[in-house]
Amino acid sequence: MSERASRFGPSAGTRVEDAALLCGRGQFADDLGCKPGTLHAAILRSSHAHARLRGVDVSAAERAVGVRAVLTADDVTRWSRPLLAALRVPVLQPVLAKDAVHYVGEPLAVVLAENRYLAEDALEAIRVEYEPLPPVLDIAQALTLDGPRAHADLAQNIVSDRSYCYGDPDAALAAASHRVRLQIAYPRNTATPLECGVVVAEHFPDGNGGHGAYEVMSNFTGPMSLHAVMAMALQVPESHLRLRFPRDVGGSFGTKQSLFSAIVLLCLAARKAGAPVKWVEDRREHMTAATSATARRSHIEAAVQDDGRIAALSFDQIDDVGAYLRAPEPATFYRMHGCLTGAYAIQHLRVRNRVVLTNKTPTGLVRGFGGPQVYFALERLVQRIAVQLGLDPLDVYRRNFIAKDAFPYRAAAGALIDSGDYAATLAVALQAADITALRDRQRQARSEGRLYGIGFAAVVEPSISNMGYVTAALTAEQRAHAGPKQGALAAATVQIDPLGGITVGIDSMPAGQGHRTVCAQRVAAVFGLAPGDIVVNSELDTQKDAWSIAAGNYSCRFAGAVAGAVQIAAQRLRDRVAQHCADLLGCAPQDVVFAAGSLHARGQPEHILPLARVLSGPHWAPALSTEAGPPPLRETVFFTPETLHAPSSDDRVNASATYGFVFDLCALEIDRTTGRVYIDRYVTAHDAGRLLHPALADGQVRGGFAQALGAALSEELRYDGQGRFASQTLSDYLLPTCLDVPAPIIVHTQTPSPFTPLGAKGIGEGNSMSTPVCIANAVADALSSLPQSEHCQDLRLPLTPATVLALVAGGQGQAATGTVAVQTGKIR
Amino acid sequence: MKPAPFEYVRIDHPDELSALLTEHGPEAAVLAGGQSLMPILNLRLRRPRVLLDLSRCRALHDLTPTSGGLQIGAAVTQATVLSWPRLAHQVPLLALALPHVGNPQIRSRGTLCGSLAHAHPQAELPLCLAALDGEIVLRSQRGERRIAAADFFIAAQKTACRPDEYIAQAHIPCQSIDEGSAFLEVAVRVTGQAQVACAAIAGPHRLRLAVLAGQATPQVHDYPLLPEADLRDQLDIIARSLALSCASADDDAYRRQLVVSLGLNALKQAQRARDRRAAVDAQIMEHRR
Amino acid sequence: MKRWKQSELVPVQVELNGVQRRGLCEPRVLLSDFLRDTLGATGTHVGCETGECGACTIRVDGVAQRSCLTLAVQADGRCIETVEGLAQADGSLCELQHALRERFALQCGFCIPGILMTCAEMLKRRPLPEDEQIPGLLAGHLCRCTGYTDLLAAVRHTVAEVRRREAAHPASAPSVGVHDA
Repeated sequence: MSERASRFGPSAGTRVEDAALLCGRGQFADDLGCKPGTLHAAILRSSHAHARLRGVDVSAAERAVGVRAVLTADDVTRWSRPLLAALRVPVLQPVLAKDAVHYVGEPLAVVLAENRYLAEDALEAIRVEYEPLPPVLDIAQALTLDGPRAHADLAQNIVSDRSYCYGDPDAALAAASHRVRLQIAYPRNTATPLECGVVVAEHFPDGNGGHGAYEVMSNFTGPMSLHAVMAMALQVPESHLRLRFPRDVGGSFGTKQSLFSAIVLLCLAARKAGAPVKWVEDRREHMTAATSATARRSHIEAAVQDDGRIAALSFDQIDDVGAYLRAPEPATFYRMHGCLTGAYAIQHLRVRNRVVLTNKTPTGLVRGFGGPQVYFALERLVQRIAVQLGLDPLDVYRRNFIAKDAFPYRAAAGALIDSGDYAATLAVALQAADITALRDRQRQARSEGRLYGIGFAAVVEPSISNMGYVTAALTAEQRAHAGPKQGALAAATVQIDPLGGITVGIDSMPAGQGHRTVCAQRVAAVFGLAPGDIVVNSELDTQKDAWSIAAGNYSCRFAGAVAGAVQIAAQRLRDRVAQHCADLLGCAPQDVVFAAGSLHARGQPEHILPLARVLSGPHWAPALSTEAGPPPLRETVFFTPETLHAPSSDDRVNASATYGFVFDLCALEIDRTTGRVYIDRYVTAHDAGRLLHPALADGQVRGGFAQALGAALSEELRYDGQGRFASQTLSDYLLPTCLDVPAPIIVHTQTPSPFTPLGAKGIGEGNSMSTPVCIANAVADALSSLPQSEHCQDLRLPLTPATVLALVAGGQGQAATGTVAVQTGKIR
Repeated sequence: MKPAPFEYVRIDHPDELSALLTEHGPEAAVLAGGQSLMPILNLRLRRPRVLLDLSRCRALHDLTPTSGGLQIGAAVTQATVLSWPRLAHQVPLLALALPHVGNPQIRSRGTLCGSLAHAHPQAELPLCLAALDGEIVLRSQRGERRIAAADFFIAAQKTACRPDEYIAQAHIPCQSIDEGSAFLEVAVRVTGQAQVACAAIAGPHRLRLAVLAGQATPQVHDYPLLPEADLRDQLDIIARSLALSCASADDDAYRRQLVVSLGLNALKQAQRARDRRAAVDAQIMEHRR
Repeated sequence: MKRWKQSELVPVQVELNGVQRRGLCEPRVLLSDFLRDTLGATGTHVGCETGECGACTIRVDGVAQRSCLTLAVQADGRCIETVEGLAQADGSLCELQHALRERFALQCGFCIPGILMTCAEMLKRRPLPEDEQIPGLLAGHLCRCTGYTDLLAAVRHTVAEVRRREAAHPASAPSVGVHDA
């Protein structure tokens, strides 16, 4: 048995997270025990998209078996304020609807009962009287002057309308030899982690002017700027809202940001019940009411020279953020604002951003946040430029890329793009794809009447968000009035225990990415230990650990910022240890060598001190080392990239600290019988700076690719004509299975970021931005061999078989509806 | 998503089931494999007062070959049917269709009769039963009745099964040795719910096509051996006449279009299978001689 | 016939990973909830409660199935295997778990318990599945983190190892790549 056991021990580089997860010893939020007497919550949700509430009668529910309390809108009004928004808007979101409901799934009441079964029973005893109002269901309808309003008392559905101008786009457009335009839409979809939300809340009534204090355990994953929003809603100082996080989170991809409103709701429920309460979001609640990627309609136009060079871009974008402008929206726009010109050297840019409210679920963070929407327009436009000018799209890319010697490159709208060699990354992608062979295959397929296409996408992938970027939605005067917001703090603590063990604390709230593995490797290397010797704790506690508003799991801040902070903290602590033990070794502090669990002076490896003994020393005899400074037992570092400033007075904003690059290539065939898209080859080339752990980086790419494939081909949060939600279960919202996802070919180039401690950048969101549009470009290319291909340029996601077959029919000059004789193609 | 409360009865003998159905009628639900019923209970789309679990009722677990076909008891899982060694030989259509049902873990629990009872308009097994001229044995305290598939499926999720009856068995006739079969399905996702499925059977003198495209009940069409162009005309007629109410006009159009192309392909595949089978038989005869 | 009233607390006894365990629950309680909340076996995860995601897959009398689509009362007297029973007696990983770790086949790990139980059933099949059959056997499991590539590689590797060993030592007892409870 022992031989077998050693055979199955971990190899170097494997994840410290895995053994527990593989043995069912994960510690996910719903796996953690509760206090005795904890009640279970079920939330009554609106069945209407838009209705006036004539009455919500909970009296029968209060009397139901096992029910201890029912939280109503009156309680919420008495004990809390609505959730603050990032902009001044006419309607703020209450955590329970009071006079009217504004989307299907909006919470109306919370039942607290002895178990979830009983709580759900009592939900059915609540009588709600709705007076239906006309709903606003899409962007076009939201813009009509005489159409319905998402809230009855709104003067208009537009809650933000800002225009920006950089350079002289009007002159460039007027002078252009070609103007290429596109009108395009991005749908509502979501990242759908397998684990839903969990909140356990308790209220401690004493003190604080009657509001007491709250303690919460949740798999909320930040950004922790929302902690302030929660505390203000609960009318307590932030110190009186203690949040704790579980060790394991079953995926977030941004979406668990949306739990902050549920945290406020469950805090109030705990207050009402006078007992701890637990809520486990079920799949129907998650699909219906958690969050969504922001739907967008874009008009994009480019001024193009004969050789394909783009002189200017114009964006007119409208975002559907759902029924409330929930923080951090309208961040979907402004995360990407500084780098709207993508991978291209374009200095003239015009932008108009409008935000509308609709009667749909409020939107928020979904992997790629803002990127999928921008690139679906921009990269479709680049494909159209090539088609319209009769150019090879690869030449359009090469002619427009930011040159490799131009980095750090200041983009028109303010992004300081740190590093890259885009042409080199493109070359690596083409080589991996064997583009010549693919184009031969395409010619062959077309000669046989088959629909084979090759598409590309080039994407600049921002990571490490500037906490001030959303203020670009304000005017310069409003920003001046509010005071500057900028930066992206990352916090890390390295500490030593009394037997010399090392524990690391981080503020990145991992949800499967392997942060603990990477941190253990970094710290182990600094101290000359093995990764297994280091314990990394990611269970942030807002009352005990180092954190800031930037803490959380989003914008791929880990590799660039958090791992960097860990590295700095470990090095500082090591240097302080070296100060303290240099005398013992008879050398200068900088000559103390940490290796193989011991210390020695450089050049004297025979004279060693055991590391654990040296590290633990100050615990047992702190007075011995006071001359060399305070005992080296703990080091906390807050790191922020120096390049993140508040938006300038001329509205330029560097919204992220680093900018990776992705170049994708997709070759696919459309089955002419079924409309199904078959991916023949997919290559994704990434430059994410220095890769800290290549296998984990590839895992991020594969996972991002699979999610993006779903967004491209099957996933959409759908509503019917009355605003009823039609994607309530995973049989309606179709996530790809292993039969649907091909293995992408992944290649890397590495140009380290000059702005992060380890030269690393984020890599987890690029494919969410590049893959949907790359597939769409390939579909467009496949359709281009049809006689009337101009009729099938309006590509809408998801490209389901029905959508694609309608495009094929359009390209053949047939009506898209009604029965048509279909040429029988080759079915694989 | 937790079921509403119900009384639970573990049935040991079929007579108990009949008696309880007589007693509770529409307020009872029969639980076999639960792979269709349990999601509905979890979503509280149904709230039976009594749940009658027949999954441990030995008498309903029989998969019995009869002279003319296969008799499948109410508690027989789809996996059991699929693993019956002679399935591909005796009912090739079912052997082709069953792998499209759910996924392996669902088929391990889901029963064939349960899927028929549920009568989901997008389910493969009702389509197959219709294509194969299968029959259903409905049992109650009043006795047993045998009902043809064509009369059993009345509307979407509505069957001829009365409140005091349960499906005791399904009878699936063996396919003739000179028939070829094909089953083709298109879904948004490979393992998703079918948008269109076509079951085709080609005999020496006739063709049969059963179609599922979102209409309420399976439709079966018989043709003589027609040239492809004529078949296409026939399929166009089916496609136009389908009563659909999909989420979008595009989706409706797609299904009509697919009925034609998928139906044609299924018929062609079935004829090729028939011809292959005949060729193999001829070889065997030759060999014996 | 056994009959339980709707709010009655029913005694349910199962053999969970080789150990007899008992608990009380209402007839409507899902087996997934019974395992997690009553027996404390939280390794089995709940992702959808409609049978789509596969996270809650366990083995009942050896057969991989959804615990969210089964009532606890239906499992009475059955032999249940969950992810907690897969590791070897000394706590070290079994061959399959090891292969997943070595190939970085999991990220958040929430879907993994169900996938492992389907694989455990797969590895006991004879004949073992061919490489091209494996995706079909795993298509009832949703993973949102990994894109499946490394997972499929790890499972194929384990199946191949078992096949190779059995070919080399046909007489020996079947080696299954998972620990037998």
